[in-house]
Amino acid sequence: MLHSKTFVKKTRGGKVNKQVREHYLRDDIYCGAPICKLCDSSAARLSPSASTILLLDTNVVLNQIDLLENPAIDDVVMLSVVLDEVKNKNMGVYNRVRALCSNSLRRFFVFANEHHKDTFVKEMAKESKNDRNDRAIRVAAQWYQSHLGGAARILLITNDKENKRKAIAEGISAETIESYVKSLDRPDLLDLVVQPSSEDVEMEEVEDLRPSKRKVIYTEHKPMSEITSGLHRGIYHQGKLRVNRYNPFEAYVGSESIGDEIIIYGRTNMNRAFDGDIVAVELLPQDQWHEEKSLSIADEEDEEEDVHLVPSSADDAPRTTNLVQGCSGDTNAVSSRPSGCVVGIIKRNWHSYCGSLEPMPLPAGSGGTAHALFVSKDRRIPKIRIHTRQLENLLDKRIIVAVDSWDRLSRYPSGHYVRTIGEIGDRDTESEVVLIENDINSRPFSSQVLACLPPLPWSVSSEDLANPVRQDLRDLRVFSVDPPGCKDIDDALHCTALPSGNFEVGVHIADVTNFVHPGSPLDDEASQRGTSVYLVERRIDMLPKPLTEDICSLRSDVERLAFSVIWEMTPEADIISTRYTKSVIKSCAALSYIEAQARMDDSRLMDPLTTDLRNMNVLAKKMRSRRIERGALTLASAEVKFQIDTETHDPLDIGMYQIREANQMVEEFMLAANVSVADKILKHFSLCSLLRRHPSPTREMLEPLLRTAAAVGLNLDVSSSKALAESLDRAVGDDPYFNKLIRILATRCMTQAVYFCSGDLSPPEYHHYGLAAPLYTHFTSPIRRYADVIVHRLLSASLGIYKLPSIFQDRSQLTSIADNLNYRHRNAQMASRASVELHTLIYFRKRPTDTEARVVKIRSNGFIVFVPKYVF
Amino acid sequence: MEFVSPEGLRLDGRRPMEMRQIRAEIGAVAKADGSAVFEMGNTKVIAAVYGPREVQNRTQQINDQALVRCEYSMANFSTGDRMRKPKGDRRSTEISLVIRQTMEACILTHLMPRSQIDIFVQVLQADGGTRSACINAATLALADAGIPMRDLVTSCSSGYLNSTPLLDLNYVEDSAGGPDVTVGFLPKVDKVTLLQMDSKLPIDIFENVMQLAIEGCKAIANYIREIMLENTKQLEYRRGI
Ligand SMILES: [Zn+2]
Repeated sequence: MLHSKTFVKKTRGGKVNKQVREHYLRDDIYCGAPICKLCDSSAARLSPSASTILLLDTNVVLNQIDLLENPAIDDVVMLSVVLDEVKNKNMGVYNRVRALCSNSLRRFFVFANEHHKDTFVKEMAKESKNDRNDRAIRVAAQWYQSHLGGAARILLITNDKENKRKAIAEGISAETIESYVKSLDRPDLLDLVVQPSSEDVEMEEVEDLRPSKRKVIYTEHKPMSEITSGLHRGIYHQGKLRVNRYNPFEAYVGSESIGDEIIIYGRTNMNRAFDGDIVAVELLPQDQWHEEKSLSIADEEDEEEDVHLVPSSADDAPRTTNLVQGCSGDTNAVSSRPSGCVVGIIKRNWHSYCGSLEPMPLPAGSGGTAHALFVSKDRRIPKIRIHTRQLENLLDKRIIVAVDSWDRLSRYPSGHYVRTIGEIGDRDTESEVVLIENDINSRPFSSQVLACLPPLPWSVSSEDLANPVRQDLRDLRVFSVDPPGCKDIDDALHCTALPSGNFEVGVHIADVTNFVHPGSPLDDEASQRGTSVYLVERRIDMLPKPLTEDICSLRSDVERLAFSVIWEMTPEADIISTRYTKSVIKSCAALSYIEAQARMDDSRLMDPLTTDLRNMNVLAKKMRSRRIERGALTLASAEVKFQIDTETHDPLDIGMYQIREANQMVEEFMLAANVSVADKILKHFSLCSLLRRHPSPTREMLEPLLRTAAAVGLNLDVSSSKALAESLDRAVGDDPYFNKLIRILATRCMTQAVYFCSGDLSPPEYHHYGLAAPLYTHFTSPIRRYADVIVHRLLSASLGIYKLPSIFQDRSQLTSIADNLNYRHRNAQMASRASVELHTLIYFRKRPTDTEARVVKIRSNGFIVFVPKYVF
Repeated sequence: MEFVSPEGLRLDGRRPMEMRQIRAEIGAVAKADGSAVFEMGNTKVIAAVYGPREVQNRTQQINDQALVRCEYSMANFSTGDRMRKPKGDRRSTEISLVIRQTMEACILTHLMPRSQIDIFVQVLQADGGTRSACINAATLALADAGIPMRDLVTSCSSGYLNSTPLLDLNYVEDSAGGPDVTVGFLPKVDKVTLLQMDSKLPIDIFENVMQLAIEGCKAIANYIREIMLENTKQLEYRRGI
């Protein structure tokens, strides 16, 4: 109980219905400067030798966050009044500031001025909220000045003229962000400073950039109140804008209010909206629906330049494209689709983008500022105008640029330079771009995370063996089958023939949760990363290497901890009983798929291991055929294998990834283990289990597949997954690759399988369409997927081994974990594909090749081919 | 939503283990045998006690102990929004029952057979923790009426938000929908006489949260004792002892 009587209480009125809240003012809020003798400095964050302490006003934080993230800006006091305002205006920036404040390498200190007895300011009569907050900032600056008594200079950074004038009048030193950065003598930082937008006349130093061009290009966005009432009356439609990947001048807004997609042609109609923005759209008159298209293309001819578009296999093309409709001969369909124009933007999706500057001649007299156009790698993003003082350095670089504003007068949005990644075309730079674009954290693990690892060399201890929950399975003939060169082996198998003629089959999974404890830094990091990411030349681990490649990896001839699912199966592969246990195993062989296949195929081999393999294979085939009988889909995905030069890491050869029986055998048992575990955890925790579902595709989603199939005279039955699987099997053309192509197309029409919290949906929705399973989860790869870690915890709790960590009580938290996993999972997939594409390009850069190909799709600006030999 | 900032301050500036300002006053209703006003922050309740007196409805008379009755109500102006709170709604009935049971457990009813004690509590201003404030007010009023009690029963609530146990939730924290534990406690005999919780909590966290509420009860008991001492001194002074 710290209830201190020195608190002063004040109440605050507000809003229409008066609300009274208590507001306690305290005397135990410290200044955060270690040099201070009055305060408790145990939580001080500022540097002991700080000569200048910065106080920022709200607009500086909101606009200059990229600059603040640069380590050159340090010794900053964040006032709680500023944080509150930032939080109300932009949650994204708020999270970034909070990350800065909790980063131990940075010296950002949060001063709760609103609750400090000397810095709290009461709203004065007729004073606006903004003025009051500005005053609070100045009062806090003054308090710091007198509190530290000249031991450090307090500098208020504000771009607001009035605030700056008042501050100087009150004896506080104040500067604009530009002049402060200039005083640091770091020209590279100047590029990070966000320039005031040209419509904003309040700011200083507005240069009229292009007087001749200052005409209105875009129509004004409607004010929010008008949009709301328009949406209400049904004249506007709200939705997320998605720009066509192949044609950035065409976008779609999926609108619930009219139950269809609205097409938006041309930048003028898009009216400054970015991909992913939530926009309000007004429909154009019906007679303009058709002509609009040809008009807009002509209109933007001057803007459109020669594009070398890489047809990417990774593309999830927009759901429906009018071009496909065109080729199926249905011309009326085009005019019947509503088109519209954006009247307002409800929520911006601006973030930073990777790309490069448009080639341009260097202006005479280097060193000054130059304007350049930035071209994002993501073609859906328009060019971005930036100011730079280091043009000659940036022209051949991949850089990151953030968008600041887009006013009606300029054709392009304006932004600012954030940082350089490296040289264009360089393999490392481009790989880095892939990682950044997919928001993948590839930084080395922090020391706190590494501190959670058990000391090396690690081995199974006598306590582990004596643990009653852990069964000793070291005498079983356990082996693993993985891709060649696999170091993070997270699954192993065994198969023993029982005297009754049945088989005991076990799946043993690395016991990762024995080392990753809930709530530890290691666990937090893994849950953030969500999954390991496999690029062509490298792997970005979810867990540190000692765990993935050594302690948890079920390598041969060493004792390892495992979590086992053991079935008794009849020779017909019917499961009689299932048990789950933590275990200690000793793998006798770590086979590659090729080795395992070779052993099974070599009829001379009769050793016990090979017999086990053969038995398992027989069982697996039966399980597989039963699964296919139920309607599981075998879809093709274009998986490519590269041979990488060990020295230069450049690709030497590419080819299709060959799938052998051995792969399918292992996969079958993993599926079975996942299904068994899903059953078990759901039985115990019906509301907080993490499961994986695959929603059935709607007819609308399968439309592109059906249209393409119809174009070649093929009739697919999509009424159920079983019907689809059968009609895919029947789809055999004259071309040997035809079936494969149709399967690839089908795969692309499917929705993604997703993780979810069982309490959020009802049991019929748990269904996994692709596997034709009513329940499914991920249990078998805890080394590289965090979902499996969660499922391991659920399973051990259901066995009564450990208590369920508290986050499982909080369904909203579990849902947000599932959402993050889905996001990371999708990004990891995108990154792998992008990496494959990148290496394909590098491969063909030096090797012009002639080969056979199939045309898959024709578009107005090109066509997409499938090259069987290289699978893309 | 962020109920505890990374700096460890709650929305109203308290730290997680801190209670709101409490204030108490004895003798607000002169006509009653005992009365008190109790404030926890912006929550303000008044309690009045009549009795022990003759049982009004003879059929309810109990031969070996006193009959304790309690009526809880909320003033129409107590929440600010002009909602008419009908008397005797389910919530009021439930809280009346909770208060009656808690007080009955600490009154030495066997000393006053065939009599009746009426406790009236009314919420003047509601800002979270009304139940606790009512019990505390009732305790003071009973003491003021000179009714024999085992101990001073006190009450305090605590909750669990943003993975932090919080003492004495105010209205904003209370309406976050998190777990809300209300404890009634006899400090001298060290016994819990009332325990209520909304929502779910794992058992080990629950114990921490409950312990926090008990600490709150102890602090309130100290304060109530101080107020009573002060009141007694005043009485002595007036009588010129
Ligand atoms: Zn200080």
